[in-house]
Amino acid sequence: MIVREWLFLTMAACDAAEPWQLGFQDAATPMMQGIIDLQHNIFFFLILILLFVLQILVRALWHFHYQKNPVPQRIVHGTTIEILRTIFPSIIPMFIAIPPFALLYSMDEVVVDQAITIKAIGHKWYRTYEYSDYNSSDEQSLTFDSYTIPEDDLELGQSRLLEVDNRVVVPAKTHLHIIVTSADVLHSWVVHSSGVKCDVVPGRLNQISISVQREGVYYGQCSEICGMNHAFTRAPET
Amino acid sequence: MADEIELKTAPADFRFPTTNQTRHCFTRYIEFHRCLAAKGEESNECERFAKFYRSLCPGEWIEKWNEQRENGTFPGPL
Repeated sequence: MIVREWLFLTMAACDAAEPWQLGFQDAATPMMQGIIDLQHNIFFFLILILLFVLQILVRALWHFHYQKNPVPQRIVHGTTIEILRTIFPSIIPMFIAIPPFALLYSMDEVVVDQAITIKAIGHKWYRTYEYSDYNSSDEQSLTFDSYTIPEDDLELGQSRLLEVDNRVVVPAKTHLHIIVTSADVLHSWVVHSSGVKCDVVPGRLNQISISVQREGVYYGQCSEICGMNHAFTRAPET
Repeated sequence: MADEIELKTAPADFRFPTTNQTRHCFTRYIEFHRCLAAKGEESNECERFAKFYRSLCPGEWIEKWNEQRENGTFPGPL
């Protein structure tokens, strides 16, 4: 009996850095989706302006090449064009600025009813995570360290320099309140797919409000130089 | 999981709307201890504040502050 297996093409989301990657990783939170949409928006206008400027440049070089046009013109000023080329390039960025400000202020909206608070404490060169919402006393209830798995200990299929031994597990589709601080030097807690990048300062608690919309494993890397193993400090979450 | 898990944590405080929550954690800690001083060690009404500061503050900070309180060197208006 021949059993035919249908291979369904499933799209796996890009949640970790891929080799030669040009674009963003896939968004897992509304914030990151907003950032990606904004970038697409602005990039469109960027290309338009680029093509316009390139066209003018190429035309000038082509039509006024010294062999075709040996006698250069002596134009000193042209008032109309100067006014136009000052006003229009000032108006265009004003319009381009509206979506970023909208996104910026919406990112700062305080979510009043967070479901869970997770503390991420940066050390050189690993992370400690604390889940203390259900402590009955001052002793820590759930704390663990998260070290990057060295290359020799990787299993087949794991990403090099991205995996850690203990991942942060967070519930999906819930408002998370992540508080980051540092125990020693400056670090930065980053999860690209969630659109989170927050500098971690010793003696200061920074809060991040996100809501992860889909299940998956998201990887992040330390983004503030913190010493010898800065390039090897990770923050993946499930 | 058969039954619904209810998730609850320290709510956002409108006194501290910005990213920097250091003061928020410190204030909750002080509020708890002031409540204890006012209502007595055994009352359960202060447990609410305790939950808030435990959610927000890193364990190391809490340990350090507890030690400072015991030594009498706590730099806050208890």
